[in-house]
Amino acid sequence: MSNAAATAAVPSYLQEPKGIKSWLLTVDHKRIGIMYLAAIMFFFFVGGALAVILRTELFRPEQILMDADTYNQFFTLHGAIMIFLFIIPSIPAALGNFILPLMLGAKDVAFPRLNLASWYVYVFGAIFCVASIVLGAVDTGWTFYTPYSTTTSTSVISMTLGVFILGFSSIFTGLNFIVTIHKLRMPGMTWFKMPLMVWGLYATAIIQVLATPVLAITLVLLIMERVLGVGIFDPAMGGDPVLYQHFFWFYSHPAVYIMILPGMGIISEVIACFSHRKIFGYKPIAYSSLGIAFVSFMVWGHHMFTSGQSEIAAMIFSFLTFFVGIPSGIKVFNWVTTMYKGSISLETPMVYAVMFLFLFMIGGFTGIMLGALALDVHLHDTYFVVAHFHYVMMGGTVMAFLAGIHYWWPKMFGRLYSERWAKVTALVIFVGFNMTFFSQFILGAQGMPRRYYSYLDQYQPLHGFSSVGAWVLGIGFVIMAVYLTASFFNGRKAGPNPWGALTYEWETLTPPPQHNFLKDVVLTHGPYDYDKVTVVGDFYDKSPTDKQHMAGKV
Amino acid sequence: MSSNGQSHHHILPLSVYINVGLALLVLTVLTVVVAQMELGVFNTILAMVIAITKASLVALFFMHLKYDNKLYLIVFLAAIAFLGLFIILSMADTETRGDIYEFRGRPINEDAVIYNRPGVAGIDTLAGEVADTVTAATDTSAANQSESDTAGGQ
Repeated sequence: MSNAAATAAVPSYLQEPKGIKSWLLTVDHKRIGIMYLAAIMFFFFVGGALAVILRTELFRPEQILMDADTYNQFFTLHGAIMIFLFIIPSIPAALGNFILPLMLGAKDVAFPRLNLASWYVYVFGAIFCVASIVLGAVDTGWTFYTPYSTTTSTSVISMTLGVFILGFSSIFTGLNFIVTIHKLRMPGMTWFKMPLMVWGLYATAIIQVLATPVLAITLVLLIMERVLGVGIFDPAMGGDPVLYQHFFWFYSHPAVYIMILPGMGIISEVIACFSHRKIFGYKPIAYSSLGIAFVSFMVWGHHMFTSGQSEIAAMIFSFLTFFVGIPSGIKVFNWVTTMYKGSISLETPMVYAVMFLFLFMIGGFTGIMLGALALDVHLHDTYFVVAHFHYVMMGGTVMAFLAGIHYWWPKMFGRLYSERWAKVTALVIFVGFNMTFFSQFILGAQGMPRRYYSYLDQYQPLHGFSSVGAWVLGIGFVIMAVYLTASFFNGRKAGPNPWGALTYEWETLTPPPQHNFLKDVVLTHGPYDYDKVTVVGDFYDKSPTDKQHMAGKV
Repeated sequence: MSSNGQSHHHILPLSVYINVGLALLVLTVLTVVVAQMELGVFNTILAMVIAITKASLVALFFMHLKYDNKLYLIVFLAAIAFLGLFIILSMADTETRGDIYEFRGRPINEDAVIYNRPGVAGIDTLAGEVADTVTAATDTSAANQSESDTAGGQ
């Protein structure tokens, strides 16, 4: 690239300005993205450690590590931390923050200070959540269902207040992204020339802005119920505990799509890039993101089929739930068609993308099964549900997140990771994941209820197998932490465009300078014009004797 | 900046504000008048129609939605539509309980455990007392004890 000469002269956003203060007071979207990344990775490892401890406890039916009450607190913490502190901000706030303005050719997001504020609000909310552990860890499950959440003596208020605050962080990010996408696209970038990641983030942002306030209302009502006894969820005072579930899921079901939609955006980028082929069905993929966002608001009742919800409502919700399958199916078929006859190279991001396709399909199909009324009565609150949402959340979102991390890692830090270790790790994670969660489908179908501290002896073999899988999964993530850390300190230097991608974040230096681009960017080619423009990635443009490089390729 | 920027300020003549203000006053009087009459089901409908008209006048003229970028109008209407969706689908549950199986529409029996919260209820205490409480005579005011078990307990 012609920029190569300038590379040495222009300091990257990581180098300039210097000092802790320049990070803590930065308004640079890239630094805020990195700060988010650090925060969410911390909570991912906390939540992951809790999960491994839980699975270890479940290795045998009798007590191994903790008593039943502690178990309840641990699974609640695992859920709450993973959902509110990791997975919701993971892709939009961390990766999205970093990549969105670069993709649009903008210098920053529309409201840089609001962006920084959202990070501080996130940290503030996280402190409340963590404080609840000290004040008497919550044992309600991450959903805080009434009536138990209004009667338990644990610190529900601290946790829900934390989640309430985190909601504002999410709204800030969503609002910022909507305005950024509307206003800061580079000249020539029309709506249908935007990368699909941007469409994913746009759909996500709409849900964040529309749905999150309802969560805030719900949690305030819950706190009022506990503190003042207003009785809105208390049947003895004319209230209705099922109403809490309506309120809660009106946010939390769309929130599921806050988690998956940006992940789908990453998958669109990665699959097109590593298939070296123009993405198939750009518009259907773009519209289906909005379609999923829209449908997501009308299906929440499928969490409540056995809750005492009326049969008519259950039928409406069940019927509407099946519609989610349509836009999701459109996306999957388009991705697969993009790969068909593409020139696929299986670098680590692509490996994760393929894993995503496989695991998300299982997660999606079992979701359709659970949406069927009669079957759900049998499967509700069993390990089948646990397995289903882990296939969607972890097999879907986390795999997409990992694909994104590996895809943009060179752009973020200017260094490549060990391709060989990354692929080995991907395999370990894939095996560990399926060991952990596929066995849970069988457990659930056999009637093992979720959230139980102990179980009948007949379930031990599968529980044991699942626990071993969790350890394998844990080892996989530890290896990942090691090789990514190693890459951060002394990985091979990456060029501006390692993978030969055509979106515009790759047009600038690696890592980007403080204001993203050295000069204003104008759209000269579409994000997926692999049929018209040929770019050979720096990653491939190495001498064959480069052993480190070849090891990953072969 | 952007191709669709229409950020010029539309200045309305004072008379428009005064007329809209008068219209709002007339509608307020109408609300009071209508409230005195017995119209059956139309009581609510008419009140809602008047209220919506007033809110629309405020939003369109005082808040300038009529003259601003149409995107804001869409955003505004979308927010209301989603609120409507929330209420309608929730009411599809609460208003139809028991339509198919009558027993599911009834309140929980008065002797159900939920009405007999022992002070600070751990799940163990509840489970242990099920046998006793299902037969015991109950006092629904016991539920008001929920005030005593706030998080401050820890």
